[in-house]
Amino acid sequence: MLRIEGLTAEIDGKEILKGIDLEVPTGEVHAIMGPNGSGKSTLSYVLSGREGYEVTAGTATLNGVDILAMEPEERAAAGLFLAFQYPVELPGVGNATFLRTALNAVRKGRGESELDAMQFLKLARQRMTALSMPEDMLKRGVNVGFSGGEKKRNEILQMALLQPSMAILDETDSGLDIDALKIVSDGVNAMRGPNFSALVITHYQRLLDYIVPDRVHVLMAGRIVKSGGPELAKELEAQGYASVQAAA
Amino acid sequence: MTTAAPTGAAGFLARYEGLKDHLPGARKPWLNTLRADAAVHFAARGFPTRRVEQWKYTDLGVVAQAHFAEPLTMVEGALALPVPNAPHRAVFVDGRFREDLSTLDGLAYRALGLAQNLNEAEPYLGALAKPEREPLAALNTMLFEDGLFIDIPEGVDGGLLELVSIALDPGRPFAFHPRHLVRLGAGATLTLIETATGRGQCLHNPVFEIEVAEGATLTHGRLLQEEATVFHLSTIYATIAAAGTYDNFTVAAGPRLTRNEIHAALTGPKAACHMNGAQMAADGQHVDTTTSLDHAAPDCASRQTYKTVLTGRSRGVFQGKILVRREAQKTDGYQMNQALLLSEEAEIDSKPQLEIYADDVKCSHGATVGALDADSLFYLRTRGIPESQAKAMLVEAFLHEAVETVTDETLRGALTRALDAWWSRQAAVA
Ligand SMILES: Nc1ncnc2c1ncn2[C@@H]1O[C@H](COP(=O)(O)OP(=O)(O)OP(=O)(O)O)[C@@H](O)[C@H]1O
Ligand SMILES: [Mg+2]
Repeated sequence: MLRIEGLTAEIDGKEILKGIDLEVPTGEVHAIMGPNGSGKSTLSYVLSGREGYEVTAGTATLNGVDILAMEPEERAAAGLFLAFQYPVELPGVGNATFLRTALNAVRKGRGESELDAMQFLKLARQRMTALSMPEDMLKRGVNVGFSGGEKKRNEILQMALLQPSMAILDETDSGLDIDALKIVSDGVNAMRGPNFSALVITHYQRLLDYIVPDRVHVLMAGRIVKSGGPELAKELEAQGYASVQAAA
Repeated sequence: MTTAAPTGAAGFLARYEGLKDHLPGARKPWLNTLRADAAVHFAARGFPTRRVEQWKYTDLGVVAQAHFAEPLTMVEGALALPVPNAPHRAVFVDGRFREDLSTLDGLAYRALGLAQNLNEAEPYLGALAKPEREPLAALNTMLFEDGLFIDIPEGVDGGLLELVSIALDPGRPFAFHPRHLVRLGAGATLTLIETATGRGQCLHNPVFEIEVAEGATLTHGRLLQEEATVFHLSTIYATIAAAGTYDNFTVAAGPRLTRNEIHAALTGPKAACHMNGAQMAADGQHVDTTTSLDHAAPDCASRQTYKTVLTGRSRGVFQGKILVRREAQKTDGYQMNQALLLSEEAEIDSKPQLEIYADDVKCSHGATVGALDADSLFYLRTRGIPESQAKAMLVEAFLHEAVETVTDETLRGALTRALDAWWSRQAAVA
């Protein structure tokens, strides 16, 4: 369970998050929608521990543990995962090496045994097949020369390997074609269960037809201004954010 | 009254005066003249100071003030040799050829100790070096005792050969100045892997004279891995004839002070020169790569990519001069210098210098200097990878990129191991 209370955060002295209250119970998938620049990515960065963001008030706990005091890698070991809106390219770092290093680091952090090269390859191949990813993507540099959609798929592959208990997906649907959207959604749905929660950031109702959320929240100007069931997404799609603003 | 032993240039000149009748080839007038002329140049100039343009960023003060003696007489018996990179190797201890430690049987060409083969080397010794211009080459010419003389006949594939230099620590500062001659006849090929190891307070001052004839290809990999007490000042002179290729890749990772100076001249059409490398320095160390490329013929290509990684209070230098003469039309020149600074106290000086007199040329150069990319680091850490390991991955990626251009697998393996060894040493002290 992810619990955020009264979270305010600033960057370069500019307040972006202005008191976020949000609870994602274990086993649930919640969606966050909101206009450009409202602070959705900022929230995901603050929760993952990116440098440069200063938390000025509030708390965030994952399964009862304060994550704000942790290093990013400790948060990962604690079960948090962020699928980036803009995945980073790492020239010279092979994707296979990267994935195995990450997997073993997280397993070590969770007190599990590390996988050898063969065990890893077997697991990676299995997960890649499920995501319709060609195997040669393991040999390439991390995200180097990947298309927008391939980068997003690589994010989901990482999630599938690292098995987080709480995943934040920041606009994972952007840049995906219709088939890829389905494949990626299946990948997320396959993880759903009593021990997995997700926070899905998106601009489009379409994704939520595939990944049906338990709750939908609207983030505007650094605050959650409205929450509701899946129908809220449809309402926004039809009427835009102005209606919410007027009501808020 | 006792007089202290002279230091620096005066010390070496005094040493030359005392030794000149005993140095190899002392009874050969041509060599005596060569050495005597070099001594005149060295006496006139001494060690270069920072007032000299080419030495603006590298201070040889510590070297100039030290008192270096000769290496001891031949050390006999077993020695810990580095793990071989090739079946054939020529081993030098304190600058002297050790036939007993070398494995040169069955070569299809001559690879000989210079001191014992001066007559054969006469036409080539001093043919390319410029003691009147480079004081370190003058010092080398004045005092060299030995070196490797490689002579590959026309059309012969010389395969892989390793040149190993080991400096032993006699417990007092000493200097050695090996002179290596490498000649490839028309269409010949050779991959030369040079490994320099050593400890103690020593000055290793090698000079290479390299001649690549028409259509020949020399791949020259250098692993300068002496310990952090060693001064390594090397000067390479290379001339590349039509359609010939000289491919130099240097890893400088170890010595207290490294100067990797290369002068290459492309003298015939379609000749090519690749000078690449990775230089690293940790706290208290200084690495300097200084290249000068002379495009003297049309249709030639030169490529240079150097990577520098600095930690602690260290300093890196890259100076790259490209001269394109009037007749060198259709020159294709490229120079890139990238530096990664891992500490606030590290410093890099970078000076590209293009002198172009032909009008139809393609010449580009670039330089980047920076710390590790914060976004990349964050990305790795969100995947559970601890900060130190994430940093190591990014540094390795930066360095490995430099090696990717090396096509010879044995050489690439050796270079990669040298890079990784350096980085794991840094990680261990951090
Ligand atoms: N370094 C910075 N200095 C000042 N303002 C910043 C900085 N970084 C981000 N911001 C601002 O923070 C606000 C929130 O950005 P954020 O990326 O969180 O928005 P978002 O909701 O994810 O938008 P989008 O839907 O376009 O992805 C924006 O107004 C942005 O310009
Ligand atoms: Mg965003």
